[in-house]
Amino acid sequence: MSNVQPVIQLKNVSKTFGEVRSLSGINLEIYPGEIVGLLGDNGAGKSTLVKTIMGFHKPDDGGEIWFKGEKISEWSVAKARALGIETIYQERALCEQQPIWRNMFMGREIKNKYGKIDVKGMKAEASRLMSEHMGFTSTAVHPDNPVQTMSGGEKQGVAITRALYFEAELVILDEPTVGLSLSETKKTLDFVQNIKKSGRSAIFIDHNIFHIYPAVDRMIVLDRGKVAGNYKKSEITMDELIDSMYRVARTGSLEEQ
Amino acid sequence: MTENTKNAVTDNAARPPSFWRRFGMQFGIWSVGLVMWLAFVISAPGSFTHKEIYLAFAATTPIFALMAIPLTLVVITGEIDLSFPSIMALSMCAFAKTSAAGAPIFVGVIAAIVMGLICGYINGFLVTFFNIPSLVITIGTQFLFLGLELAWTNGSGADLTDGKFGVVSKILVGRTFFGIANQFWWTLLSAGVLWFILNRTKFGSHVFLTGDNKISAQLMGVNINLIKRWCFALVGVFAALAGMIGSFEVSYFWPTMGSGLLLSAIASVFLGGTSVFGGVGTVTGTFVGAFIIGAINAGIVAAGINAFWTQVFFGLVIIASVILQAVISKRVKS
Repeated sequence: MSNVQPVIQLKNVSKTFGEVRSLSGINLEIYPGEIVGLLGDNGAGKSTLVKTIMGFHKPDDGGEIWFKGEKISEWSVAKARALGIETIYQERALCEQQPIWRNMFMGREIKNKYGKIDVKGMKAEASRLMSEHMGFTSTAVHPDNPVQTMSGGEKQGVAITRALYFEAELVILDEPTVGLSLSETKKTLDFVQNIKKSGRSAIFIDHNIFHIYPAVDRMIVLDRGKVAGNYKKSEITMDELIDSMYRVARTGSLEEQ
Repeated sequence: MTENTKNAVTDNAARPPSFWRRFGMQFGIWSVGLVMWLAFVISAPGSFTHKEIYLAFAATTPIFALMAIPLTLVVITGEIDLSFPSIMALSMCAFAKTSAAGAPIFVGVIAAIVMGLICGYINGFLVTFFNIPSLVITIGTQFLFLGLELAWTNGSGADLTDGKFGVVSKILVGRTFFGIANQFWWTLLSAGVLWFILNRTKFGSHVFLTGDNKISAQLMGVNINLIKRWCFALVGVFAALAGMIGSFEVSYFWPTMGSGLLLSAIASVFLGGTSVFGGVGTVTGTFVGAFIIGAINAGIVAAGINAFWTQVFFGLVIIASVILQAVISKRVKS
């Protein structure tokens, strides 16, 4: 894959919060059409890494983010989304008192050239997307309903549909199956496969190796803010992966001592 | 659309929000207004069936209604501005000083608006840059702006009866259509413009998102600091307008102007159903809320009740409305 341009590439990215170093010297790249699993214990820096890729956190000086072979300066959430990176956050990133349509188009409102937003159009579009794509428990949640009236799975449906709608080049899923029922989890995993089928890339974060392993092409193990391992699926079985995860958690090293 | 649904819960979720769910809060404030008006009509038919008392509302209420309307946006973002009465005085002072220096009258108007804008933006900057709660910082700027104004004017006012003020005075506070005060039309226009900004622009959408959940909003690329700054700046601009209207209405610039409006404006916002926690609020609710507050004052006197009871009545109406809203919003959510 070396002659293919990575969709996104992180070079020596670190992130420090006060005295705490959450990420140190992260190097990674995601290629087109590739699903990469990001594994790591609590506090390994997974969420910080996601928020740094999304522009929510600014990397420390010296870290670089490249998008399709171009170094991006002035990284921000708006810029990341404009380039085609969407994230389904662990915490869902919804504004619960607001209607579904406003959540679905959050930060990406449809407007005409005079700056007037098209409320009717957004409602119709939200309605269409929910019945066509969402497919969670109820097929017809009204776009005017506030998100707080929905179930956990439906909320996740809104977050997923939102990422889907904007046809992102790279979709990041940060523990998308937390709090979901079995059938909702399966739908979410199917969604990950659809990303791959349509030739786009994804970073898939989950605590559950049994969710990650079947869905991904490559796995990156994060430990204490560092990349501790990088495996193609063909190189490692699930049992080996679980063993090495335990080893990392105990010793901080992947190698047997 | 509901054919495939399997149980009652999904069936329920498939329906559009009920009238009650959508307009419950609005319903509350309108009914409070209506009940109060009926009470006044019954107790003082002599006053409340003649237009004079309505013309009086139309002249006096706009001064704080004009502040309550932009303040609604600030409250929706989850902040508050307690300094706007001082901004009214300071921007009016800028007007008085530029006119006294011989500048054309429109330059004075621009000076006032620019002063209001700067003061409002300073509030927004302090809140967002240093991440200080606006409740605290605007108490500070309230003293600062008022202090600057008092020092600048040396505590003396300015007469506004001079002929050169005639045109501006007529535009702002003249009487058109059956003697209705122009400030009422200005308030109506402002409510319309801010309704549009809040409900039909990206900025307005972001105002709601910022106040609802600022982390979610930021994760989705909403620049919450920018939104908050411009909301505060908007209050500043309206403070300049309300300051001019308040002064021209009495043809005199009192250095203490604006004092006494703070609680009326804030009460209008909360009476109108805007949530103190942010994320929820309407311009129309605030508009009605302001006129309810305005009506209480005049209504009590017209009804022949001792004016000292005004405060009691104020208190009861505000407490009752807020309880009503709490009950409604609980019902709506469950």
